[in-house]
Amino acid sequence: MNIVVCVKYVPDATADRQFESDKTVDREGVDGLLSELDEYAVEQALQIKEKAEDPASVQVIALTVAPAAGVDAVRKALQMGADQGVHVSDDAIAGSDAGATSLVLAKAVQKVGDVDLVLCGMASTDGAMSVVPAMLAERLDLPQVTLASVIETQGDQVRIKRDGDTATEVIGATMPLVMSVTDQSGEARYPSFKGIMAAKKKPLETYSLADLGVEADQVGLSVAWTQVQDTTARPPRTAGEIVTDEDGSGATALVEFLAAKKFI
Amino acid sequence: MTEVLVLIDHADGEVKKPTYELLTIARGLGEPSAVFIGSGDQGAAVAEKAKSYGAAKVYVIDDADIKGYLVAPKAEALQQLVQHIGEDLAAVLIPSTFEGKEVAGRLAVKLGSGLITDAVDVQADGDGTPVTTQSVFAGNYTVTAKVTQGTPIITVKPNSATPEAAEGAAEVEEFTVTVSDSAKSAQIVASQPRKASGRPELTEAAIVVAGGRGTGGKFEPVEGLADALGGAVGASRAAVDSGWIPHSFQIGQTGKTVSPQLYVAGGISGAIQHRAGMQTSKTIVAVNKDEEAPIFELVDFGVVGDLHAVFPAAAEKVTERKG
Repeated sequence: MNIVVCVKYVPDATADRQFESDKTVDREGVDGLLSELDEYAVEQALQIKEKAEDPASVQVIALTVAPAAGVDAVRKALQMGADQGVHVSDDAIAGSDAGATSLVLAKAVQKVGDVDLVLCGMASTDGAMSVVPAMLAERLDLPQVTLASVIETQGDQVRIKRDGDTATEVIGATMPLVMSVTDQSGEARYPSFKGIMAAKKKPLETYSLADLGVEADQVGLSVAWTQVQDTTARPPRTAGEIVTDEDGSGATALVEFLAAKKFI
Repeated sequence: MTEVLVLIDHADGEVKKPTYELLTIARGLGEPSAVFIGSGDQGAAVAEKAKSYGAAKVYVIDDADIKGYLVAPKAEALQQLVQHIGEDLAAVLIPSTFEGKEVAGRLAVKLGSGLITDAVDVQADGDGTPVTTQSVFAGNYTVTAKVTQGTPIITVKPNSATPEAAEGAAEVEEFTVTVSDSAKSAQIVASQPRKASGRPELTEAAIVVAGGRGTGGKFEPVEGLADALGGAVGASRAAVDSGWIPHSFQIGQTGKTVSPQLYVAGGISGAIQHRAGMQTSKTIVAVNKDEEAPIFELVDFGVVGDLHAVFPAAAEKVTERKG
């Protein structure tokens, strides 16, 4: 069985994220890392491998579409326990929107070939659109079982629990399929020292767009189907009033504030 | 006048408030047509609702072949409707729920259209092109954007507009769709609707009171203040991860995004992941024992103190004032 896990290299969400002059996300001024939410997908891929009758027959392949530095996201997945890495890197990809990204990912999945399961995180921590798994399923014409919090597999049968918008659902589908997992699916493991050492010897392929049969004019900022007009930093909030509660004075002050703002 | 499609957000035929917000926004972009994907016999009642918010047309798509499956059949249905309408379509507006965004993603690929998610506003520019406003990077930036390819597909967050009533013609058109077998490949095996709490829906509420690690698992003070103020109850990820409250209450990066008039945080430190879900709230109030908690950087009013003392006392005073 082949499991491809899509991982994204994102600017650290706890840093001061900015935009470039071309209105794309600044991916150099801020330290990058494997998107926290994709770690859950790597974890679930590894758990499926470990629970398989013959774990050695399951290959977990970490896939990223990213500039050169983005290979760190794949390395982290390899350190956690993925077997192989694929890094799609091409200057023409810069500035691609979700639609073009899903195209490149779909072509890369096809290049890997014979894939039973494509696993994704529920969203990236930078763009946070949450649409790439659905777009990928559409492009690959595969079933989508998304936002899984509990995953069960038996042979090629998959059941997941999904905390939907209005109901908790159980979704059933047959592999091959595209799955996304939430942060409720289980804590991601930390790479062990052994894992870090082993990762250095694991196969890591780098593909260009040409390798995938994608034309440069199908992707990138200049042909993106959406265009950012303007980016504006939100003005900092003006410092509010802070009081210290003493014998109930806090509640009184709080209610006075709410009343003054006409919330009562 | 060009049509603007609005996908109706509903639970078993009960139309939700974001639908009216979308219809209100759609009126600024063209002539709103509401799309109801649901039980055909509820079509007339739903159309009446859409009519009072200015829908000129209501397409009713019976979901007998759609409802047992995840997302894909809905995207196929919308694709067929968009192709039926043809050139004269200014945009497709979809509620920014998890499902709405996935439907939008698939639809965008099918149509070869640009997709913008989580808009907090949509306005027509000089040429009538929809221009969206989004709040990104945990609310630290505001971005305006437009779709440059195909029919714009835009998902819009709840609370993005104040619904304004307007009488529309609401001419009903039954639209029949064909759902492919491959769209039926992810089956909903079981569904457990969430229990109604009697409180407002978290993402739609004007007032939200949320609790975090500092509750120590006791949510009664949070619920008490929420009820006194007529608000919804929310929680931070720390509280959800501790198993104190279900995930559907979680506010933040991996939970719900709220943008109420008033947000009250109790025992929440205010990590970036939480801020991503509430930073655009109009007025922010926090109660926390730790005066160094980062949440205090965001507040309009803060109380350094124990929420277990402050919230119940405040709830009592609020109830008194309301008489």
